[in-house]
Amino acid sequence: MKHSRRITLGVAAIAASAALVLTGCSSSSGSDTTATSSDGSALTPVKLQLQWFTQAQFAGYYAALDQGYFKDEGLDVTIIEGGTDIVPQTQLADGAVDYAVAWVPKALASREQGAGITDVAQILQKSGTLQVSMADKNITTAADLKGKTVGNWGYGNEFEMFAGITKAGLDPANDVKLVQQAFDESGLLDGSIDAAQAETYNEYAQILETMNPATGKLYQPGDLNVIDWNTEGTAMLQDAIWANTEKLNSDQAYQDQTVKFLTAALKGWIYARDNPQKAADIVVAKGSQLGASHQLWQTNEINKLIWPSADGIGVIDDSSWKQTVSVAMTAKNLEGTTVITKEPDSDAYTNTYVQKALDALKGEGVDVTGTSYKPIDVTLTEGGK
Amino acid sequence: MTITEARGGRRTGSAETGAGRRRGSAVLWGLLGVIVLALLWEGYKAIGPVAGVEFFGTSILPKTDDRSMPHLVDMLTRAVEPVNTSAGSPPVWIAVIGAALNSLGVAAVGWAIGSVVGFLIALLMQRLHVAERAVLPWLILSQTVPLIALAPVIVAWGGKIQIGTFSWDRWMSVAVIASYLAFFPVAVGALRGLQSPDTIHVELMRTYNAGWFRTLVKLRLPASVPFLLPALRLGAASAIVGTVVAEVSTGYKGGIGRMIIEFAQSGTSDPAKAYAPIAGAVVLGLVSAGIVALIGLTLKRFNRQEAAS
Repeated sequence: MKHSRRITLGVAAIAASAALVLTGCSSSSGSDTTATSSDGSALTPVKLQLQWFTQAQFAGYYAALDQGYFKDEGLDVTIIEGGTDIVPQTQLADGAVDYAVAWVPKALASREQGAGITDVAQILQKSGTLQVSMADKNITTAADLKGKTVGNWGYGNEFEMFAGITKAGLDPANDVKLVQQAFDESGLLDGSIDAAQAETYNEYAQILETMNPATGKLYQPGDLNVIDWNTEGTAMLQDAIWANTEKLNSDQAYQDQTVKFLTAALKGWIYARDNPQKAADIVVAKGSQLGASHQLWQTNEINKLIWPSADGIGVIDDSSWKQTVSVAMTAKNLEGTTVITKEPDSDAYTNTYVQKALDALKGEGVDVTGTSYKPIDVTLTEGGK
Repeated sequence: MTITEARGGRRTGSAETGAGRRRGSAVLWGLLGVIVLALLWEGYKAIGPVAGVEFFGTSILPKTDDRSMPHLVDMLTRAVEPVNTSAGSPPVWIAVIGAALNSLGVAAVGWAIGSVVGFLIALLMQRLHVAERAVLPWLILSQTVPLIALAPVIVAWGGKIQIGTFSWDRWMSVAVIASYLAFFPVAVGALRGLQSPDTIHVELMRTYNAGWFRTLVKLRLPASVPFLLPALRLGAASAIVGTVVAEVSTGYKGGIGRMIIEFAQSGTSDPAKAYAPIAGAVVLGLVSAGIVALIGLTLKRFNRQEAAS
């Protein structure tokens, strides 16, 4: 009796694990049906690689997907999330994806190592990186960092800060105490870091979502000081859409597809500008684990980094580009290395495709500059829930 | 043969009640372990210095403030609250179970592939001594390749695979990485098992004029079971670890590893949240080992050694 029961149990376990294997196999093969556009012609499959998980930093792409803008252009776009070990520009250069979102300095470094990629649209016109400190430390400029404990994330995120400190006449190696910071703001809150690195759209909000033990309320912007690298003049360009250089130079179909892709993506960003709440909801619905108020904050802050966009969204501004390249070539981190060693070649960026996309959008009567853009007020809640 | 079988049968019979008692006390000891862990956590939190203990600038004991070490009760209350405020957001623990099942499915695929591959490699190595000498060092070497180096390569290769309607999904990369960790203990364990019969038994088979295949089926396979089962359990645990790490590293969505990272992102303002998926990952490891143990019950007849030990 016991014996047979044991065998039954074992067989059941085998059946259960076989079922698991099968569900694993079928878990994400639901979208196998060939997609067709509204006029019935087959859509071109396109893959877009992000730097990180789904969050409102990428709201425009998700909005374009949700609103069917990609489909209208005849594209079947798959947005591929990043991971800790996924380098978007490498995925692009390897041909695993068609387009990638990446920070300009990091992508330039990959270019110098041989990745054939071109910046075809500069989504974020300003840098979102801050150095945040408690108000009582009185750190408002890079020069005030002298003698302070300064946190940075490393991994190539530190160069704006090094350039800023150097520009203020300080020696990063001796005049400030640099510490490696975890990817959160605990160090700032427990006092072990005087000035911590934070992005306006993410970590800064996490501080404002935390209870201030002194007041019993959430931390307020007034409790904090920020150094903004845009005003310090050492900001570097961040999120841009990168395309495959070789295909841009030789493949007519890819060129056309790039214009279509940009048209739809920029339209998505314009949607996020005009409907921040809806854009944030789209991102939350796409399965972001960060809370809804945090995503709305992030949408709004990203919008601030894009708009107003005098030349039209996505156009690469020559002076910002030159500043990025200059900082990338001159700012040395503690190991004495710079991001790149020589001026990038002429294939590093092009406004050709984004200009065509903007012309198409203007033809539709869409406002591509956002001259009258006004950010909204977002109320954060504890934990960003 | 019949005599040993009868003796073996009697032994299992008498061991049955003992095993039952042992299992009961194992549960008790397990619970005790959890309680001791909880006491250690809260105890250190109560008496440890808030700023942690540093030794020549290197932190050797963690900080004890609520952000670094949340109270257990906070973790539990956070686990029953919704994930976020969006409508229809499930409680954290439900979301954790969903993510854990997702990971379990992927890990099961990885474990199955890894076990089959590992076993085939073991067969090859047992059959050809040359293969054993040539392959075994590579097997060991294969486990020294860091996952973070492997993950982007597998994802990039997978991204290019497109055969007809079949296209490579991210979860397949995760399963491949899981199988890469799982095959090793199985290969090594199975090889030891296949080589375990005494020379005298092998020679007996030879006197029967049994070929390699018959020897394999009648002697080596049954003999390998006591070695194979722990190897499979080890492989299952490795597959879970591989899945959790690979989810984070490749950005596969829906599993427990990804959930740990996403919850940890709000570590500044909502520190207790991240502990639920961590606990989930631990339970997941135990469940997977349990499932494999249950599978092993079907082979109990061949598993005298492990049962006796």
